[in-house]
Parts: sequence; C-alpha cells; structure tokens
Amino acid sequence: MVDLHLTADVASPGERAAVDAAIGPDGAVVVHESERSIVAGRTRRQSRRHWLLPALHALQAEAGWISPGGLNHVADRLQIPPAEVFGVASFYGLFRTDDPGHTGSVTHVCVDPACEIAGASDLADELERAGSAVQRGPCLGQCERAPARFVQGRGEPDHVPADDAVPFRLPRPGQPHRRLTARLGVVDPTSLDSYREHGGYGALTTAIAMGPDAVIEAVTAAGLWGRGGAAFPTGVKWRAVAAQPGPDKHVVANADESEPGTFKDRLLMEHDPFALLESLTIAGLATGAERGWIYIRGEYPLATSRLRQAIDQARAVGWLGADVGASGRSFDVELRRGAGAYICGEETALFNSIEGFRGEPRNKPPYPTTSGLFGRPTVVNNPETLVNVLPIISAGPAAYRSLGTDDSPGTKLFCLSGSLRRPGLYEVPFGTTLRALLLAAGTEIDRLRAVLLGGAAGTFVGPESLDLPLTLEDARAAGATLGSGAVMPFDDRVDLAAVVTRIAEFFRHESCGQCVPCRVGTTRQHEVLLQLRPGRPLADDRRQLLDDMARVMLDASICGLGHTAAGAVRSALDLGIIGEST
Amino acid sequence: MTSTEAAVTIRIDDTDVALSAGSSILDGCRSVGVDTPTICYADNLTPVNACRVCVVELEGSRTLVPACSRPAEDGMVIRTDSERVRHSRRMVLEFLASSVDLGQADELTAWAEHYGADPGRYGADRAVVSEPVRVQDNLYIRDYDRCVLCYKCVEACGEDAQQSFAIAVSGRGFDARISTEFDVELPESACVYCGNCVAVCPTNALQFRTEFDLRAVGEWRPEDQTVTRTVCSYCGVGCNLELHVQDDHIVACTSPHDHDVTWGNLCIKGRFGWGYV
Repeated sequence: MVDLHLTADVASPGERAAVDAAIGPDGAVVVHESERSIVAGRTRRQSRRHWLLPALHALQAEAGWISPGGLNHVADRLQIPPAEVFGVASFYGLFRTDDPGHTGSVTHVCVDPACEIAGASDLADELERAGSAVQRGPCLGQCERAPARFVQGRGEPDHVPADDAVPFRLPRPGQPHRRLTARLGVVDPTSLDSYREHGGYGALTTAIAMGPDAVIEAVTAAGLWGRGGAAFPTGVKWRAVAAQPGPDKHVVANADESEPGTFKDRLLMEHDPFALLESLTIAGLATGAERGWIYIRGEYPLATSRLRQAIDQARAVGWLGADVGASGRSFDVELRRGAGAYICGEETALFNSIEGFRGEPRNKPPYPTTSGLFGRPTVVNNPETLVNVLPIISAGPAAYRSLGTDDSPGTKLFCLSGSLRRPGLYEVPFGTTLRALLLAAGTEIDRLRAVLLGGAAGTFVGPESLDLPLTLEDARAAGATLGSGAVMPFDDRVDLAAVVTRIAEFFRHESCGQCVPCRVGTTRQHEVLLQLRPGRPLADDRRQLLDDMARVMLDASICGLGHTAAGAVRSALDLGIIGEST
Repeated sequence: MTSTEAAVTIRIDDTDVALSAGSSILDGCRSVGVDTPTICYADNLTPVNACRVCVVELEGSRTLVPACSRPAEDGMVIRTDSERVRHSRRMVLEFLASSVDLGQADELTAWAEHYGADPGRYGADRAVVSEPVRVQDNLYIRDYDRCVLCYKCVEACGEDAQQSFAIAVSGRGFDARISTEFDVELPESACVYCGNCVAVCPTNALQFRTEFDLRAVGEWRPEDQTVTRTVCSYCGVGCNLELHVQDDHIVACTSPHDHDVTWGNLCIKGRFGWGYV
C-alpha cells in the first residue's frame, strides 16, 4: 500500500473519539492474510480492514453522516484508501454521505407490502407532520407488528419503538409442536442462568462428549437443510469444512434477515439469544473452526444488544474462549452489524461486508466451504438452521425426525403477515398445509386472492394451492418455494399490482449494481411494471420484454438476488393477478 | 502447446481443447478461434466478471458461467453459441445500450449488432446514466454517461497496476458510479495521472484531453493516425511507448499489452510527458 493521500478535511473531536472507541485495539482479532487469489477480482490484503463497518457505524451515529473529515480519520486509522472508504460508506442504506441538514434521529418506516397494508404511508406522513425526519424504505423485519419503524438514533441509541410498546405475544395459542420456539417468552433472554434452567448448554455438553464426527453424523442423519432459502443440506456443508485442515476456519451465523415478510430470526435472537450462541459453538467445534461470527442486520438493535450481552456472559463462564466447556478447544464469537443492504444476506456479499469491502457477491466457485471469510473455509448458516441443531443433538436424529416428512424432517418457522387477523411467528411440522397455517393466522379464505411464499425472492400462489403441504419437496413440485418462511396472504381489498410493483422496486433498490443483468434488469423490470394500468392488459411486447429480462437475470446474474429478482413478478403474471384486463 | 503440457481437456462446441492448468474457459475459446465478446476482461487485469457478456453454457450448471473467470476443469462441456448464450449476451448489450452512450465504443456496438440488441424497445422515460463531463485538468477527462461500470479503471488504479486507489465504485445499483471520495476533483485526489485507467476503458468514458478537444471540433480522425513504437526516454526502466500521431502531432500515448516491462501500463511522464517532442 502506498501512503494514503487524504484531503485537508479533519474529523471533529467527537468523530475521532467515536471511531477510536469503535475500532478494537490493534491485533484484537487474529485474521490471517490470504494468498493473492481471484475473488471477484480483488486481492485480499487483510489486516484491520474488517473494522471499517463498525467505524462507519460510529461516525454515522455521532455526526448523522459520514463527513469528509470523519472519513479521513477512518481511512488513516485503518490505512484504507479514502476512495474505497467512500465506496463502502455509500453502499449502505443506513449511512449517508451528505450532510443531513438536521441534528435529530431518523425514523425509518417500512413501505413493503405488509406494512403498506397496515397503513405505513399514513404513519410516515403523520411522523413527518410531527417534525420527525422520516426515511421510507424496505422491510424492517417487524411485519408481525406492522406498520414498522426503526429509529436510527442521533444522541440516543438506535431503537425500535415497538420493542417497548408492544407486549410480547409468543407463543400464539394452538401451537403444540414447539421445538425451536419452546423457550421464547419463557426464558429470561438476559440471563445465562435462566437459559441453563431451561436446558441451555445441555446440547453443547452432549456434543463435546460425542466428538465432532458424531455431531456431524447426527446433523446429517437428521436431514437438516438450510432455512435461509437455498435448502442446502447442513451436514454436507459442515462435513466439507471439517475436512479442511487446520483451525483457521470460520462459522458464520447469517442473521442479516432482510427478506421482506421475514422476522423469525429476530424473534429467536431477541428472546432466546443463548440458543444461537450455543448452536454456533457446536458448529465451530464440529467443523474445527476457532472463530465464529454473527452478522446481524443493522435494523435489529434489541437482538444486537441481547446477543452482545449473551456473548459477554458466555465468555465469562467459559462457554466461549480458550477452553470451551472444558473441551480443551478454543472458540470465540465476534458480532458485526450490517448497515441496510439486503444483498449482504448473500453469503459471499456478507463476507465482503465483514471484511470491510463493498457488499458485492463473489463469483462461485470457489465455494465458501473452501474459500469463504478472509479466504478461509467457512460455514454459513441461518440462525433458524443453527438452532435446529440443539434438538438434534439433545434428543437424537430419530426423535427429531418424528415430526415432518422424510425429505423435510422437523418443524419450520413461518412468518405470517399481510391480510390476516393474527400475524406472527408460527412453528409447525413440515407438511402442514398452507390452508391450515393461514386459518391459524386468521385469514379470510373466501376473500383470499394470492399468497406470497418466501418473500420478495419467492413466488405467488393462488387459492387453488391452499392444500399444498408446506415441505421442500411439495413446494418444488408446485414450482413454488418456501424461501425464508415468509407467508403473506393478500385478499380482495389489496391492490396486487401495487404489491408486485413494489417488489420490483425493492429489487431495483437492493441490487448491488455489480453485474449488468441485475443492475439494469431490476431497473427496467420496475419501469415496465410502473406502466401497469388498472383494467388494462399488459401489451404483448411488454410481456415479452419482462420475459426476456427475467431470463437474462436468471441465467447470467452473479448471485441469487438477480436469479430471483423476476420470480415473484413472473408468478404474478402466470397467475393472472397482474397484467390481465379484468 | 504440446500435448504433454496439457493438464485439462474441455469440449467447446464439440471440439476437444487441451489446456494448461489454470487456464480459463475464455483461454480455451480463444485457442480454438471461438470469438467471445468481453467488456470487463483485459489480459493485464484480474478478471472481475461484472459485465457477464462472456457467459457460456456449461453442461450441468443451472446458470450460465462467465468464460473469463471460470477456470477450465477437466471434462467440462461448453456451448458458446446456444440460444441461451445468445439471449444473455444480447440482453447484456441491450441493457448497456439502453443505459449509456456507446457511440464511441465501436467494439461493443459491433457485438450489440451481432447479437441483435434492440435498445429501442425500452421506454423513452427509462433511467439513463446522466452525469456532467468532468474536465478537471489538461490530461484526461471523465464522461460517465459512457461508463458501463466494468471496474477496469478501478483495478488499474488499484491493485492490478498503479496502487493509487484514487477511484472506487460508489453508490449502489443503477446509481453506482466510479468516483473519488465525495467526488472530489482529480487534482485533489490520490490520482497520479498515470493514465492507466484511460488505457483500459472500453467505452471512451475516460479519454485523453487531446482526443476530447479534437473531437469537440470534429478533428479526431483515427483513420489518419499512425502509431510509432519507441522507448520512453525518461528513466532506465525501458517502457515501450506507442505514439499516436495525427497531422504531425502526438495525440495519444499508449503502451503495448504484450510488452513484459509495462503490460500496457505507464507513468505520468511516459503517458503524458511528450510535449518536448
């Protein structure tokens, strides 16, 4: 690296102090340099750059924006070229790179479908009239208490007003098969002692006694697959990383839950944070990784503080550290906050984000199991996937398989929001029908027009699919997806064209811009949908254009965002819920 | 290459191609004369595979794969001219042509024509890249209305050549732009005016001031230019220069990509310091 060339702008004392407090002491995290390798065209010369995101969060909280002086200070402290710091800062929705012109907090209001139905626009207008700085934006992961808002604090901590106002309402009555949510609302999420009283750390103790091989064998035998959307077999992933030599490997909890309509991981982390830590630790010991990371979305302040508290408590008694649970093995966890970028839920974008680069996905192969975080073998799992490991280890794979189907064993968390009376988190055995789930949540079936399964990256199904058993295999056979577990019914009072157009707008807003098919495709797709007029059919050439764009996004985009960006739109067209003359 | 050096054999459009270890699919395509469009690829830069115009069909792969950066593996079966491949290439070129000005990107325009790209079918009110031309010094200009975001200039400015890191991609999605920090003018930035970014730009979004000024008065005539190869006289490294001469005046200076001293790169003196000639 050559000497940095910085402009004359100087950070304020407050900015300097905030950044210096956020950046850990030199050498706090041991990260090995990777060889020069082709990873999205960039060499990873890694030292302290992974402190960039925490430093930018500190600047944003202190000054309300990433000022030129503040940016220079960060660049100097971390020895990152200022143009690259700017490139990273300007990538994220929660950072601004222009002076906001006010000194107050900013209230983010979700305008995605469930919140819009619940009156998000009115709320935003009302807050603005009351003098708040309002930013309308994508899903905030609070669909069960729509319309959602998140306050990005200035002179006060980031917070979610509903965390204080709405009493916790889990479990909903009538959920007999609760495994993953059994402790929610029961355990004190701020207390390790309470967690232990409710069976906590029993699975880790068992796992240590079993040894890594047997743990991976149990996870494989249980048939667990990833709950983030791709449904990859967890045991296969763990086995691949375990087979890589040496302890310089990573396990990452991908808690960047940003799929519109999805809030399950937030509730798990807020109300049972130790469960995520325990299962991540089991993953680390099983795969031989000494370092765990939790990458949590920036809009989840309560889950973040509860996890931080849990990490501190676990470390204090030796459930994390040099000798985890007297196993003789070392494992510790680092927590990183995202900053408003849906794309960072894509695993390789997540790596780049942690490493202090723009959250742009990498080309695969190489896959994370051989070259992941900092170029090292890495397991990435969603929190819901990870907490499934606890019952698998505690009760064994056979007991785990007593619920669900052969190909989809166990239970699934579904996030219900939209046109229904009882929104919330539902844990049901795989194979439960869509109808049963919707009825449990209070959907008026006779007014139902469509259900969005799996969020914006999912698919619409019509009322004719109500008897679909909710399993991986049945969804695939029906050409649908369970995705992240978001289930959003819409009835005849909802403007479905507006919903679909909003989904297209969401992808346009969240595309990272790296590859042409997605950068331009998501933009053009949204533009075509904006031309939709009620009661007027979509012209043939527009339909052809949508089809052509969908194909190139699916075939030639780098990552899953581009691959799925046209899925919901196409399913809506196929179902005739948009673009028809009716 | 002799057959003993071949480490992998792949099949490209029904032809078996023997390649040395570490070769890309693109290397394979070029070795058998399969013409493959590229935008973000350059032989002196690390593949960033952002443009996706070089995609090919790989048997067993759900999606198409980028030829430029996908290492060839033994037994791969590749299709370079299937309907899927032609469709994606056409759409990538059509998307770019609908977003930016490709008027000075002859190679891209030719490929767009080859694949039947029809940028006219997007609405007149579509989003396009609209930026003022940045004329901030006498050496080169930046016209981002022509920028296809191929990342080449960023790579050349940074780790692949100059190590200056004066520019990076900023923003996100369709609003992503190549930029200095806060878009400060180049003389205030870390730019050292090596011009290596200009040399790799495929669309003339970055162009020498001499060319920009000549174009402004309609006097830029590549067909009347001669190129003379010489050795830079400033220091002892021995960089080769290609002097582009029009009407007895040097109008541009480049460096040959196949030269093992420069690989196409120069410094400010070699690139711009020819006023004394």
